[in-house]
Amino acid sequence: MSDYILEMKHITKEFSGVKALDDVNLQVKKGEIHALCGENGAGKSTLMNVLSGVYPYGTYEGDVEYHGEVCKFHNLRDSEAKGIVIIHQELALSPLLSIAENVFLGNEQLSMKGVINWTKTRQRAQEMLARVGLENENVNAPVNSLGVGKQQLIEIAKAMAKKVELLILDEPTAALNDEESKKLLDIMFELKKQGITCIIISHKLNEISYVADAVTIIRDGKTIETLVKGVDDFSEDRVIKAMVGRELTNRYPVREGVTIGDTIFEVKNWNVYHPDDAERQVLKNINIEVKAGEVVGLAGLMGAGRTEFAMSVFGHSYGQKISGTVKINGKEVNLHSVKDAIDNKLAYVTEDRKTNGLILIGDIKENMTIAARPKFFSKRGVINGNEEILAAEEYKKKINVKANSINQVVGSLSGGNQQKVVLAKWMLTQPDVLILDEPTRGIDVGAKYEIYCVINELAKQGKAVIVISSEMPEIIGTCDRIYVINEGEIAGELTSAEVSQEKIMQCVMAHNRKDDGNGK
Amino acid sequence: MENKRVNLDMKQYGMFIALIVIYLIFALLTGGKNLTPMNINNLVMQNGYVVILAIGMLLCVLTGNVDLGVGSVVALCGATAGIMLMDLKMNMWVAILAALCIGLLVGMFAGFFIAYLGIPPFVVTLATMLMGRGLTYTLLQAQTKGPLPTNYNFIGAGFLPTYKIYFGDGILDLVSIGVAIIASVAIIWAELKGVKTKKKYNFALAPAWQTIVKVAIELFILWFFLCKLARYNGLPFVLLIMVILIAIYAFITTKTVAGRQIYALGGNRKAANLSGIDTNKVFFWVYTNMGVLAAIAGIVLSARNGSSTPKAGDGFEMDAIASCYIGGAAVAGGSGTILGAVVGAFVMGVLNNGMSLFGWSTDIQKIVKGAVLLGAVTVDVMSKRKKN
Repeated sequence: MSDYILEMKHITKEFSGVKALDDVNLQVKKGEIHALCGENGAGKSTLMNVLSGVYPYGTYEGDVEYHGEVCKFHNLRDSEAKGIVIIHQELALSPLLSIAENVFLGNEQLSMKGVINWTKTRQRAQEMLARVGLENENVNAPVNSLGVGKQQLIEIAKAMAKKVELLILDEPTAALNDEESKKLLDIMFELKKQGITCIIISHKLNEISYVADAVTIIRDGKTIETLVKGVDDFSEDRVIKAMVGRELTNRYPVREGVTIGDTIFEVKNWNVYHPDDAERQVLKNINIEVKAGEVVGLAGLMGAGRTEFAMSVFGHSYGQKISGTVKINGKEVNLHSVKDAIDNKLAYVTEDRKTNGLILIGDIKENMTIAARPKFFSKRGVINGNEEILAAEEYKKKINVKANSINQVVGSLSGGNQQKVVLAKWMLTQPDVLILDEPTRGIDVGAKYEIYCVINELAKQGKAVIVISSEMPEIIGTCDRIYVINEGEIAGELTSAEVSQEKIMQCVMAHNRKDDGNGK
Repeated sequence: MENKRVNLDMKQYGMFIALIVIYLIFALLTGGKNLTPMNINNLVMQNGYVVILAIGMLLCVLTGNVDLGVGSVVALCGATAGIMLMDLKMNMWVAILAALCIGLLVGMFAGFFIAYLGIPPFVVTLATMLMGRGLTYTLLQAQTKGPLPTNYNFIGAGFLPTYKIYFGDGILDLVSIGVAIIASVAIIWAELKGVKTKKKYNFALAPAWQTIVKVAIELFILWFFLCKLARYNGLPFVLLIMVILIAIYAFITTKTVAGRQIYALGGNRKAANLSGIDTNKVFFWVYTNMGVLAAIAGIVLSARNGSSTPKAGDGFEMDAIASCYIGGAAVAGGSGTILGAVVGAFVMGVLNNGMSLFGWSTDIQKIVKGAVLLGAVTVDVMSKRKKN
């Protein structure tokens, strides 16, 4: 028998014809810490969902072998029964229940069927906490009395309570600060000593080189290579190269006939604190400016503060104790509400269109005209319905929303068409400055291309466009200039001539190192 | 561009058809007792306040919430008017104004807690329900106050001026007939104007036959209704209040920025906020408005009864909420129409009325009403699920 605890062989998973995973292989040795690297959307999470049974056996091709046996998991319970536990980025804790109860949530310590044995629960919880270095916590305290870092450790304790053999951590440090991250990584060494195998998904390459014994890199749903510590070159640069080393084909339409004008959007010394925690500064001294006709990208890792920046500028929709100045068309403006922002010709196309952008039960027309209505489609509060219909028809055609009519319910449209509706909604407010937050997330390549065309068109009309995207090729392909944001600060500025994915990552890494240096 | 055709959205008329069917079933069961002019008149007068409450409640339901306090506000405002009239010997108009002000204040009170302190509407209005009821009992010292002056009672029990002639074996009010004629002309004119605008903007038109059938049914109902009233005692004053309120609120919810903001809030509060809608303000005004409408209902009810009683309006909130849901409003918010809520209120009313005529006890009536509510919402939810 091999010394691999887990072998995933030739895994292929399709979503309605699109291959999310294409012949992926992953081999994890018993007792090692194995890192999984790749860009957003490369297929890491999909692979872990195959492993843990979220995508049941039979919905993918290939084999999952665990301890040398082929596994046929049908749900999470099946995989957990075998000792495979996945901890997702979003914590799965019930915030108001006690620590002890959370540790045994779904795995209760019973005295008889259906009756919880609280003494045993507390005792065993104490044991589990000791194993993750939280022996000093009160197991009766509610879980939300702990910080995010410690909550993450509670998740691990919860996994230990399930007799975990293979622990999967999906971006465990994304929400943690450096100190908390370090603590968590050290706990991973501790787990390794206890004989637990770990798979860690992370964007933070410095952490990976610190903690991992091997790293497998996935790109575009394919395994690129596996690097082993002590055998292969394990440097961050090497990993970055494998992660991003793809050729850019003409997935981005060429922008022509654009004249770049004066600076029309300027944000200076922008500082924002966390909405729930007045002590925690989320954005520090951000300065950016955008010229008319220019497309500027905000690059960075997830959680770097880009969305927070956009939302705080857009009518103080995020954060508190906001300070700094915003100038639009050379004039300093106070944007205290979304209405102020719209009136001053600023538009923000939200990320996560379903939660923040659309009224899914509303029709296309309603969604398109909602933001522009007070200004352009009404008189003394009474709506001019006919003008609305005309405008909606015009934009439906203009940006090619594929739907039977403007009365179709938005919830029934495909992601790409929904995104176009959100775009149209903001174009109808006739802004001079548009911030597009993840404008192409989760939509197909064709629709992406069309969205890029719209971006080009907006630039041609002399608008200032800011694109926030976690897909680096997209930022590089669409933007004239890029600000790299990391941990709430501008980590660097790159022009389209010099930018490359390596450069962006290097900016982030350099900034992280600087922070580490300051922190210790 | 070719002239496009679209079919009328039948779902919009589904509740109407259900109402007619229920009405006809009871006509059969009671041997036509519910078709008499007097009964039609009672139907309007007995359901006036539920219709008024349903209008306000619809706005709350659109936000995805309900107002449990309206029954108590109805009683409180009726009591206020009663005390002003009887104990303080105030002028009728002052009494009405005072009652409206109390409704406004209660509405603003609830709206403030909901919108600006973020307290769940269910809790806030449960509190106003208890407080309002307690306050009413205190004010009235648990006694019924009456009889109220006749000029005040006119609001709930009076009729518009009539011009009666003898006709067949009874009488006929020519004012009602005149109103029917004017309304018919208005309906046809509005339809023609709609078609003209659609042609001008090159919008899709419904097939002519569908439009004609629709208008014909509308006219039939109008004439049936008004002829019956003309045969009794003319147009009840309550009907006038109802029609005006329905018209105002149908206009607000479909044609004004403020009205559509309620739908946007109910559909997706986050998205509404990020689209420049001050959702707190919307919440505040929706609940304030509910208070005022509850006051109007309270005035109408006390005027109809000719007295203010501490028990008045007990359970009205449930009738109003049920009317909205029966009328097709979504429990999660964001969808529903004023007309739907009004039809829903009449479904409840026709059921009550028919079952009373048929001799069923109020106990049985509650069972049936509960079943109808459950059935209507189930059908609605199921039909939506099938579409997806």
